[in-house]
Amino acid sequence: MEIIMAILAGLLFTTGVYNLLQKQLLRIAIGTALISHGAHLFILAMGGLKGGAPPILVEGIEQYTDPLPQALILTSIVISFGVTSFLVVLAYRASEVNGTDNIEELRGNDYE
Amino acid sequence: MLFAVLLPFLASIFIPFLAKWKDRIHTGIFVTLVPLVIFIYFIQFLGTGFQPETRSYSWIPSLDMNMNFYLDGLSLLFVLLISGIGTLVAFYSIYYLHKSEQLGNFYVYFLIFMGSMLGVVLSDNVFVLYSFWEFTSLSSFLLIGYWNHRRGSRYGALKSMLITVFGGLSMLGALVFMSVITNTASIQQMITEKSIILNHEFFPLIMGLLLLGAFTKSAQFPFHIWLPDAMEAPTPVSAYLHSATMVKAGIYLVARNIPIFADSEWFFVIVSGFGIITLMWASYMAVRQTDLKGILAFSTISQLGMIMAMLGFGTKVAIFAAVFHILNHATFKGSLFMVAGIVDHETGSRDIRKLGGLMTFMPITATLAILATFSMAGFPLPFLNGFYSKEMFFDATLDLESTSNALAGFMQQALPYLAVFGSIFTFVYSMYFFFGTFRGKAQISELPKKPHEAPIGMLISPAVLVAGVIIIGLFPELINKPFISHAAASIYGGEIDKHIYFWHGINLPLIMSIAVLAFGTILVLTRTKWEAIYRFIPGPLSMNKVYDGSVKRAETYSERITKTYMNGSLGRYFRLILGAILIITFGFMAATTGFEFNMAYSAEITLAEILVAIMMAVAAVGTILAKNRVAAIIILGVVGYGLAILFVIYRAPDLALTQLIVETVTVALFLMVFNHLPQLKMRKQAWSTKALNLIISIGFGALMTLVAISAHSSKWFDSISSYFVENSYKLGGGDNIVNVILVDMRGLDTLFEIAVLGIAALGIYGMVKLRSNKEEDA
Repeated sequence: MEIIMAILAGLLFTTGVYNLLQKQLLRIAIGTALISHGAHLFILAMGGLKGGAPPILVEGIEQYTDPLPQALILTSIVISFGVTSFLVVLAYRASEVNGTDNIEELRGNDYE
Repeated sequence: MLFAVLLPFLASIFIPFLAKWKDRIHTGIFVTLVPLVIFIYFIQFLGTGFQPETRSYSWIPSLDMNMNFYLDGLSLLFVLLISGIGTLVAFYSIYYLHKSEQLGNFYVYFLIFMGSMLGVVLSDNVFVLYSFWEFTSLSSFLLIGYWNHRRGSRYGALKSMLITVFGGLSMLGALVFMSVITNTASIQQMITEKSIILNHEFFPLIMGLLLLGAFTKSAQFPFHIWLPDAMEAPTPVSAYLHSATMVKAGIYLVARNIPIFADSEWFFVIVSGFGIITLMWASYMAVRQTDLKGILAFSTISQLGMIMAMLGFGTKVAIFAAVFHILNHATFKGSLFMVAGIVDHETGSRDIRKLGGLMTFMPITATLAILATFSMAGFPLPFLNGFYSKEMFFDATLDLESTSNALAGFMQQALPYLAVFGSIFTFVYSMYFFFGTFRGKAQISELPKKPHEAPIGMLISPAVLVAGVIIIGLFPELINKPFISHAAASIYGGEIDKHIYFWHGINLPLIMSIAVLAFGTILVLTRTKWEAIYRFIPGPLSMNKVYDGSVKRAETYSERITKTYMNGSLGRYFRLILGAILIITFGFMAATTGFEFNMAYSAEITLAEILVAIMMAVAAVGTILAKNRVAAIIILGVVGYGLAILFVIYRAPDLALTQLIVETVTVALFLMVFNHLPQLKMRKQAWSTKALNLIISIGFGALMTLVAISAHSSKWFDSISSYFVENSYKLGGGDNIVNVILVDMRGLDTLFEIAVLGIAALGIYGMVKLRSNKEEDA
């Protein structure tokens, strides 16, 4: 099963990167979200799936699923939420102020 | 001993505070005490019964980097020079630098230099030596650029930095080589295992790199060009760093490594060859200078070349003479720099064409100058130390070990003549320096200030040094046994029993000295006739043009290269970054067979997972194909909710809950914003761009898949997860292990995570709410 999940994570990365390479800001935001989904799945698949019961201590159960990747992913979900929402609002403001959502036209000034 | 090295660094911390009161008390007064204390501490080691000492202090034992200090005769000679001259220079600077200058900066740099220079000559560990070595380059850079409003200062500082750091890095290469093949970082250990280095296949490379470091630091031809430009520094700095101490670090390095390299014949050819060329070239160039400090700069270069040449000879006489000359050079050249500083300070000019006849105005300065210059010229008088070492130099050129190497044999034949040639010009510029400044017709009207004698404080330091010249000249045996012999013996590796006499009887070295005197006098008297030649050579051959050209070209080429890929297109940068990641990671994976495939730990496959996975895959591809904004956002939501279902299946209830909430909020946010964004347009893209994007993204996805599979397939060490399972309740008091990890065991991580969210929220608020004034008006 891990192989299938690894492939799915790879596919999420592929579609995410392809979206990122587009010019429209909305596409870029979507790409970022896809890449973070891919990363979460990636961590989960690396650590191994279904190693035991959910990591909540219950009397009598010895074997639990690895809690460490889950803790990492939980942090990551929250951070990527922050990043994605920041990016979405940034896209909104940038296109509103500059009148374009094409990043090739957002090139800074002549002094660079 | 550690304290002695660290004292200047410690003192430099307090300088900025002391500098606040510089109006009442000159900061230099405190600074003078630092080298004085060090000098008094180290002079106690002096004596005929001196034995090398080692002191070890742990610093980074795991990297074999320790503050192992090794104090032998050679180190002691340098330590006393650094602290002794340092005291005099610091004292001199009190009168030289006006209180209105930025004294804090100056003395901080000055002390950092002193400490690092002590570190260079005391460290036995090559990496510690290298660190201190680069610190001296750095402080030299800062001191040359001290008057940073002057263009010349900045140019000189940069030049010295580029050249000496280039050499320093080469030296680091050699040191790394040496420590790897001998498996030690200690120089003394390397000396005992020198056969490994000498017989190693990379030996020529090691020696070349090491000497590159020494030659750049000690301003040997053709790397000498930075030293004349370094004269932009305040004169105390020139006297200290660029004459007495720092430029001798290269000499020290060569001397320190002679026990290792001296058995190689090429060592003689290279070191003596470059040394003698430097001696001749720089003494010739010194004659052409018009700036007092310029003359002294080239003179320093040529004297360094002479010492370098003697170290290359490797004979008893030569090494003894080299050590003796290091000391002598420090005395007479240090005092001459101070004299030049006095002249500059009291007349406002250092241009020898404007100066002249100052003897009547500054009789004491002139007396000091005449003694020092005649010592430098090697004038045969029994109270001038310069003569002794010059005579020994001639003696050494005549008394070389026989060799079978043809080139070395030829050099041995030529050396005595070349030495005489270089010394003639040394004589000429010494006379030129003295007579041009203090004799002849005074041109008071040409000078910015009316010349007068310097204050007594300024005269003390050069007077002490000149007293040294005379004392060593009159009683050379005084410093021979307790001092010079030890230093020479630690280079030579055996006892050196040598006496210093003034009168050897009429022999070849004396005849050579007389020849120098005769030809030199003729050249001085007929100086005007030679000026055409002085002006003509070197002309376009100057190394400065090579330096300037290469710096300029490096700038233009790097600008051109940067412009080819930094064109402002973000997409292009991103493609380059990803492409580089792909090439490097795939390359490494292929080269190290990093990919691993092992299904032993694999979980079973169920239908539900397959269905969710297919749904997510279709949705992910759909985000690319969707032409409608809302559709793209909804499809993105499908991927996110799919992920939440997978979390449920994979026994991660917390993740599933969080993912559900976050996905809902994200989709809602996208939906709120999309209305303000233009419609998704399938912009016309070149077919090739599309293909490139596709290749990069598929490559990246494939890479991540391979990494995930290899990571899952290889178990190199036990997981640390069992710790959390066992201690969740014991330490955290919670049944939910994931929650305990987040809020308890990795609590700080979570705190910063919250901080990141807070910052993102503030940023979003700012972007939504705040408007610039212009927009509000509109």
